[in-house]
Amino acid sequence: MSSTTARPEVTFGSKSSGRAIRNTVATVLVWAAFLIALIPLGWIMWTVLTKGLHVLFTGTWWQKDQSGALPPGFDHNVRGARHALVGTLEMSVVTSVIAIPIAIMTAIYLVEYGRGKVARLVSFMVDILSGIPSIVAALFIYAIWVTTFGLKLIPVCASIALAMLMIPVVTRSTEEMLKLVPNELREASYALGVPKWKTITRVVLPTSLSGIVTGALLGFARVAGETAPLILLAAYTQYLNENIFSGNMAALPTMISTEFSNIGDAVSSERLWGAACTLILLVLVINLLGRLVGRLAKVKK
Amino acid sequence: MSSITGVALPEETPSGGQPKPLDADRASTGRLGDRIFGGAALGSGLLIVVIVTLVAIFLLAQAVPALSKDHANFLTSTSWVTSQPMAFGIAQLLWTTVASSVVALLFAVPFAVAIALFLTQYAPAWLARPAAGLIDLLAAVPSIVFGLWGGFIVAPKWAPIQHFLSDTLGWIPLFKPTAGITGGNTIFFVGIILAIMILPIITALSREVFAQTPTTHKEGALALGATKWEMVRTAVLPFGRPGVISASMLGLGRALGETIAVMMIISGLPNGAKWTWSLFNGGATFASKIASDASEFSGGLSTGAYIAAGLVLFILTFVVNAIARIIIERRKDFSE
Repeated sequence: MSSTTARPEVTFGSKSSGRAIRNTVATVLVWAAFLIALIPLGWIMWTVLTKGLHVLFTGTWWQKDQSGALPPGFDHNVRGARHALVGTLEMSVVTSVIAIPIAIMTAIYLVEYGRGKVARLVSFMVDILSGIPSIVAALFIYAIWVTTFGLKLIPVCASIALAMLMIPVVTRSTEEMLKLVPNELREASYALGVPKWKTITRVVLPTSLSGIVTGALLGFARVAGETAPLILLAAYTQYLNENIFSGNMAALPTMISTEFSNIGDAVSSERLWGAACTLILLVLVINLLGRLVGRLAKVKK
Repeated sequence: MSSITGVALPEETPSGGQPKPLDADRASTGRLGDRIFGGAALGSGLLIVVIVTLVAIFLLAQAVPALSKDHANFLTSTSWVTSQPMAFGIAQLLWTTVASSVVALLFAVPFAVAIALFLTQYAPAWLARPAAGLIDLLAAVPSIVFGLWGGFIVAPKWAPIQHFLSDTLGWIPLFKPTAGITGGNTIFFVGIILAIMILPIITALSREVFAQTPTTHKEGALALGATKWEMVRTAVLPFGRPGVISASMLGLGRALGETIAVMMIISGLPNGAKWTWSLFNGGATFASKIASDASEFSGGLSTGAYIAAGLVLFILTFVVNAIARIIIERRKDFSE
């Protein structure tokens, strides 16, 4: 952008050396800041891949859970992470099922319906919700589910807490996308006598679909990597549990935090880095997929 | 632009230069379908208002019984005993939370501003997009991986630097060496890792405001013979300052509430450890304390102590986020 702003060819008088030096120093610092910021990303990826990638190629990693695992120090098999992967995916999918409809309807309200004080309040609350720490969301669900109603925790509790974190992410991105839909489309639809709700569902939403999908995938990637709510609400188990409404359910983040306490043990360490590698690859793939969807759609427009 | 960080500067991005969507309030025909759909949209919006309100109400309602049984001063005590008789206070948690987050902010903001400037003003056109993508990718790394990497890989390498700092700057209370803490797992180090974690969000939001600097301002500066840096200093930075401040507040909110990474990195303190202002000390933040003691939750009165800590954290983040929001709103009123 800025590169298009033409720098004047003729300068009045010459730049003093002090100004020129300051300009150079600023340029160098700005470049350096960017390059330094890449170090953590590279270092993290390098650490996780070198320590964890080979675990993913052991035969049992994707097929077995940790059933039969002995206490740390006595076990010589890495076994698998199927239970954690299934748990992560299941909880994240249920989270999406809860969060995405609410988020999209809220965004529709804010863009298509909301005017005045109520809309400002809703918009403000979406901001506040996006700022609520994940541990507070988990504590809130715990305060309702356990201390108020005295119920036993089930994995879906974690999904509800995660939904509180996902709703604002998807709401904001959907809102941005709906604002981009040209008004001519709405006007044309109204002129044909199409009611407002059908205009929204048949014209506005399909036009902005790819952007909404992008937002949803980014939200999915964010909750899949969340740990704090799981620690409070979904206790880790070494066994595969496919029922989200009962028992304990493992997830990749809780598998990591569980194995972290035995990081000195070689086998636990293998499992730990294997799970970390699986998690980071899962999150990055979904994240990149989301951005790809957004990119492809933009080209079409 | 759907920012990967999950927050956008909502009112500020003028919907890509397009006119605002129709004020088609009367386009609703009053038919059943319209009433149901409109009602569902309004209902979803109100549901969010209700959720946030309920968070405050439930945390408050469950914290009060525990607070009334608290034998220590909740605000000034450093002890944390949740068995009967309960004596818990948040002084140490509050200090650790705020200190680590402020350290994070001090490191993150200059870097974020410089990177945002790089992405919007300095980077060659072919590099700007992929570079922004790389910075956003940092936001996608799960916080538990940050905790693992920071606590297990980086902390041992940090320890010598910390020893050097406490040797040379130890006369300042903030950098005093602490007895019993030898490794790198300190408040200061947690601040550094938190800085990396909140860097992408501050960068993304600053980038958005910098990109909106009116071209006329920039060309005006250049036409007066300004160097590129002078143009940035006189046109881009003043224009973006409110946006950067509110982005920093949002980053601060993230840092205050970060849980698992802090919990994995910071070394704990024994109960009743001596108070020190040193940043080279262990401890626990609100969030890490709640998470690390989660297994002891019994659902009874003792849980109320943790809920009280959660309530303070909620209020803290609420205030920080509200300030960020107010700054954005005010800027909208004045900038146009």
